[in-house]
Amino acid sequence: MTRARPPLFLERDDYRRRRIMDAARILPVLGAVLLLLPLLWEPQQTPAPDTAAGGLYLFAVWGLLILAAALLSRRLIERPAAPAPPTAGREGPGA
Amino acid sequence: MVPFNTLVLVCIGYVAFLFVLAFLAERSAARGAGRWLRSPVVYTLSLSVYCTAWTFYGAVGYAARSGLEFITIYLGPTLVMAGWWLVLRKLVRIGKAQRITSVADLVSARYGKSNLIAGIVTLCAVVASTPYIALQLQSVTLAFSVFAAEAPEAVRGDARETALWVAAGLALFTILFGTRNLDADERHHGVVLAIAVEAVVKLFALIAVGVFVVWGLSAGPAEIHARIMASPVSEWRLDPGRWVALTFLAGAAILCLPRMFQVMVVENADERQLATASWAFPLYLFLISLFVMPIAVVGLAHPGAGGNPDMFVLTLPLAEGREGLAMLAFLGGFSAATSMVIVEAIALATMVSNHLVLPIWLRLRPAGHRMGEDVRRIVLSARRISIAAILALGWLYYALSGGGAALAAIGLIAFVGVAQFLPAILGGLFWRGATRSGAAAGLVVGIAIWLYSLFLPSFGVPLPGWAGVMAEGPLGIGWLRPQALFGIEGLDPLVHAVFWSISLNTLAFVGFSLITFPAPMERLQGAEFVEVFEREGQGLRGWRGGAAEAEDLLAMAQRILGPEEAQVLFQQAAAEQGTGGFLPEVTAEFLERLERRLAGAVGSATAHAMIAQAAGGQAVSVDDLMAVANEAAQIMEYSQKLEAQSEELQRTARQLREANRKLTELSVQKDAFLSQISHELRTPMTSIRAFSEILRDEGLDDADRVRFATVIYDEAVRLTRLLDDLLDLSVLENGTVQMNLRETDLSEIIGRAVATASAAAGTRPFRILRDPEAEKVALVTDPDRLAQVFINLITNARKYCDAPVQEVRIAVRPGRDRLVVDVIDNGSGIPRDSQAIIFEKFARVGDTTKAGGAGLGLAICREIMEKLGGSIAYLPGQGGAAFRLTLPRAVARAA
Repeated sequence: MTRARPPLFLERDDYRRRRIMDAARILPVLGAVLLLLPLLWEPQQTPAPDTAAGGLYLFAVWGLLILAAALLSRRLIERPAAPAPPTAGREGPGA
Repeated sequence: MVPFNTLVLVCIGYVAFLFVLAFLAERSAARGAGRWLRSPVVYTLSLSVYCTAWTFYGAVGYAARSGLEFITIYLGPTLVMAGWWLVLRKLVRIGKAQRITSVADLVSARYGKSNLIAGIVTLCAVVASTPYIALQLQSVTLAFSVFAAEAPEAVRGDARETALWVAAGLALFTILFGTRNLDADERHHGVVLAIAVEAVVKLFALIAVGVFVVWGLSAGPAEIHARIMASPVSEWRLDPGRWVALTFLAGAAILCLPRMFQVMVVENADERQLATASWAFPLYLFLISLFVMPIAVVGLAHPGAGGNPDMFVLTLPLAEGREGLAMLAFLGGFSAATSMVIVEAIALATMVSNHLVLPIWLRLRPAGHRMGEDVRRIVLSARRISIAAILALGWLYYALSGGGAALAAIGLIAFVGVAQFLPAILGGLFWRGATRSGAAAGLVVGIAIWLYSLFLPSFGVPLPGWAGVMAEGPLGIGWLRPQALFGIEGLDPLVHAVFWSISLNTLAFVGFSLITFPAPMERLQGAEFVEVFEREGQGLRGWRGGAAEAEDLLAMAQRILGPEEAQVLFQQAAAEQGTGGFLPEVTAEFLERLERRLAGAVGSATAHAMIAQAAGGQAVSVDDLMAVANEAAQIMEYSQKLEAQSEELQRTARQLREANRKLTELSVQKDAFLSQISHELRTPMTSIRAFSEILRDEGLDDADRVRFATVIYDEAVRLTRLLDDLLDLSVLENGTVQMNLRETDLSEIIGRAVATASAAAGTRPFRILRDPEAEKVALVTDPDRLAQVFINLITNARKYCDAPVQEVRIAVRPGRDRLVVDVIDNGSGIPRDSQAIIFEKFARVGDTTKAGGAGLGLAICREIMEKLGGSIAYLPGQGGAAFRLTLPRAVARAA
């Protein structure tokens, strides 16, 4: 059973869209890394408690995540009706 | 102080308002006017059932006890939502494709529509949710008691009684709006809208309290910052284990909690909603969490706020005499609690009725008694009773436990319970190798550990001898102590339970999946789930057609979907098959479609069992699967053939276009040829006529007569030659000419041609250079015709060669079966742009008068060479005009 080979290279729009999908997949990983950073804090060892600063950091990361998700989701649903590329949902050989 | 009665009145008024709202939404949706009910904003707000009373009151208490750790409960869902493209999108797509009704249905449908799995998940969800619902009732009664602290004892009543009333009211609302229809695809618009409104109320209330705390009780953010630094809250110590475990748990909970699955997957209308929620829901959580820390810090420092940090949201405004704000906060908490209870009850009731009640009922029925009862009525009653039972259980738990534990602990226990579904869900979404046995093993192991090491210990001492088990392990086996499994001590009990339950759950799931072999239905569903994006619209069929009677199926469908809907479904199917009436042919496709539709009402496992019963157990077998796969392969092969055919067609069309172009060109050439030939014929005729006229006249002397007669003769000869040439050419072109093939010698032919061509008088000296040795080649050909070619070439050279001493070199190179003869003169050659046309008829290069020919010579040469099986071509770059003749050593006789 042979399959028609998907195209090796994509047009500019499709290429851009694939990269946005990549970004959407990376975003939670990036967020997780940033939000797990507090594991490295040692509040007890700083001269003054730094809970307030820590809180500000967490809320800042949170805000950036929301912003990034908003930008990405807008781009991701721009062409919802377009037929998904044959390898959608899987890392295809495209581009 | 707010009078207690006013509070009760406000509560009842608020609930009545929600009733009206839900009712209007249902009516609007029924009229088809409720597009806005499906807007992404309403969807996002409905997701906020995640924020229960535990969030509304408990987060502040949590922050007061453990500092920033409370935030992990909201960071986990933020990460999951931000990564919607990875998991949620697939989940929602599958939910729609398979008409999933609940989280239990999802897991069961993935693993071969197994009722066993659905039952396990349902039971676990009920067990995990009961304390959680109790927690909501507790928070409402706690809030009441804060207000009622100063009310007379008679009015205040018993806390349990309050909780009972709240539970009863919620049960009524849920039954009214949650069980109106059966097909889960017709979403609960009323409930969803009520929840969205409650979401706004609780967010607004919490922000209002936050703003009051920051700007009313402090001097703004700067002072809050300073107060947080100075507060005992800042002394919290981050426990890395808990930080990771809680973030993970919260992320898992948003996927696995029955109520979250209900609003996120079942009530979802399209992916746009999800895209918006991916950032808007984290934003909601962000706003909810924003003021938690300030409220906790200010509350701890406020003398009038009381000792229970869980109630700071209420006690702070009350202590400051802001009764309106307190009332708002109370409504916010009330909203948070009620929305959670309503959705949780709907989700659990769906699961209980579809996966516990119906399968048992189907099994208990006498075998011969086929669908006699109204299934629809049974399902709806089962659901209503389940809702009431679930709320009763929640109340019972509250009443028996006395509601002492801190809010956060109970919520987390529930989270760990439902997180046990996570390996089965994620494995089912992304791994085709996951099997039913693996899922069952993972679930059983995970749930058992959760019950043993977290759920039971949370009761304190629930069983006789439990204290001994806790301290020394069951039967004194030390390494089985509930909170120190395998002898590993010192872990936080929650982290301990999360780690062991999830890791052993995953291990069992993967291990059993690897060593067992899935049933056909599991493999089918596995492919449908994992490749939901690839195989949309080309689903494999799980049924064999033909075994069931359409009439029986209709009778059954009517009892589940209701007569009207079932008839429409059957009528549509019949129309699509091209037959009229209500009874379509029972094909595999139709059975599949019917099952999906029924699954929307009673869950996939039950729907599958029902169709199996009606179709006489003709479910798919391994052979069928292989047949389907073969069919798919055949279709693919066929489509490839089609593709090849269409390519061939394109090629043919291209060739046809090319041929057409040539024909058009030829037609143009023919016209040009005709006009040219008339011209060529006319010139000699004109002079013949003119001179014969003169001859006819009297008075010509002899010398003149002879001269004129000679002109006439010359012109006639030229005319004859032209006609001969034309005739020759046309005969050659039409292919009717017969070649006189015989064995001959090339040098003889060339000699003859040179002799003939040299006979014509020339003005300039003329030399022919030959290579006699090379010319001695024997070949089979038509010597006369070939000689004509050489004559034409040499004559042309004599006519056109512009060198002072004309030289024609004839070079012969014999090959194995082909012979190459070059005829090269020493003139200036033919200009590049003329080279292409010299073999065309009437093509003449340069000064035409000098040539005196009609321009047919080379055309004739070409025709002759082709007839002889060879070719003639102009050979550029030889210093003069050069022609290359290629000849076969022996012409095929047939030519």
